[in-house]
Amino acid sequence: MQVPAYVEYEKATSVEHALALLARFGPEARILAGGHSLIPMMKLRLVQPETLIDINGLGELSYIGVTGGELRIGALTRHAQLLDSVIAGQHFAILHDAERVIADPVVRNWGTIGGSLCQADPSEDLSATFAALKASMIIRGPDGSRTVSAREFHTGPYETVVAPGELLTEISIAIRPGCGSAYEKVGRRVGDWPIAAAAAVVWLDGETIAEAGLGLTAVGVRHFAAAEAEDFLSGAPAAEETFAEAGRIAAEHCNPVSDQRGPADYKRHLAGELTVRALRRAVRRAKTPNGRGTANRPFHDPGN
Amino acid sequence: MQITVNVNGTDYAREVEARLLLIHFLRDDLGLTGSHWGCDTSNCGACVVWLDDTPVKSCTVLAAMADGHRVRTVEDLAVKGATEGGTGRGGQLDPVQQGFAECHGLQCGFCTPGMMMTSRWLLDHNPDPSAEEIREALSGQICRCTGYENIVRSVLWASKHARASAATGEADE
Repeated sequence: MQVPAYVEYEKATSVEHALALLARFGPEARILAGGHSLIPMMKLRLVQPETLIDINGLGELSYIGVTGGELRIGALTRHAQLLDSVIAGQHFAILHDAERVIADPVVRNWGTIGGSLCQADPSEDLSATFAALKASMIIRGPDGSRTVSAREFHTGPYETVVAPGELLTEISIAIRPGCGSAYEKVGRRVGDWPIAAAAAVVWLDGETIAEAGLGLTAVGVRHFAAAEAEDFLSGAPAAEETFAEAGRIAAEHCNPVSDQRGPADYKRHLAGELTVRALRRAVRRAKTPNGRGTANRPFHDPGN
Repeated sequence: MQITVNVNGTDYAREVEARLLLIHFLRDDLGLTGSHWGCDTSNCGACVVWLDDTPVKSCTVLAAMADGHRVRTVEDLAVKGATEGGTGRGGQLDPVQQGFAECHGLQCGFCTPGMMMTSRWLLDHNPDPSAEEIREALSGQICRCTGYENIVRSVLWASKHARASAATGEADE
């Protein structure tokens, strides 16, 4: 029987209240959102916070919307809500691709976007997704808000720039024309972490890739971003040969380790191949931007 | 800490430790043993209950998180019999329960409560699901007897039968 160690519990009633509680209980306090990573780790006694600050009542942090030319996602938004969001899928189909393969439907009902990002598991799907999208993370602290690039958010496995006393409140993504995006993951079974996965975002100018964002999951790349392959893609033609070379570069520069999910050379192969597939799909979507939202589509999505 | 949770329409006020998991609160504090405590790692789904209107894995939710909220368990699926003091006898099974009975949707029965709670939610939101949609909805739940074919058939059966029509031929709505 797995039971967490003794812990104190506080229910936050607003963001300000959550920040006040964080200040009062200090660095041994942990924010409790969906709890679907934190509670299992507490059961295994891998983490043993003194106080849980439950933010599940903060409706003000649960939203998905477009304002000021950006898609804004509240940190307490559940995975299932992002997967169901038509507006999110219309702008960034990659969000639906990734959400569809995160954990399983029941876990997605309660796990949160902000919780996944702050847990910062190296195999977590959204970190590479938001790195590819060049998203911004908005962090609230006692002295106000600060904005951090998705690529500066993680400082290492299970570590982020969110300091004790701070709270991730929002993820925002700039909406720019010519955008297409996709996420490709290979896992052993439903609900498992990926063996490897690739996130691709392109901004096209005609037949040219004006700019690209590439993310890689679970293969040991810094900030979840395949920077060398992105540099190669910038200004390159949106063609098969380009995708293949980008995949080769991405594979060359990743640093996977062998574990129970597979040997390193297999993961490196996947990093390259999944980069190619994600790029191919992202470019196809960029060329057909209208009416290709993926909301409520079954998990097999062969036509897109 | 003091919590009040509405379970199956009844408010329960209890003093609990913050670390108490919802599944143990339901089973040990309230005696509602229909929800099963399975893998303890949020993989198997035997412990699925509804928190407010959403299926969750109750081995990975603290009872404290349900404070002030509604929980629905498998005990609430059947409509209780009016004549026998809420014992459930003389009541009416939910079509999902009827479907699992008709289509042999269980062997050992351990995964069944969670399977049925997720299935009920699916049918409430998608009354006529395809077999593939049923498999997707239940993909986070494990039947170690591997009786998945009959589970899918059971949910399909339930989608074709409204409550009451299963037993009496009358629609209830």
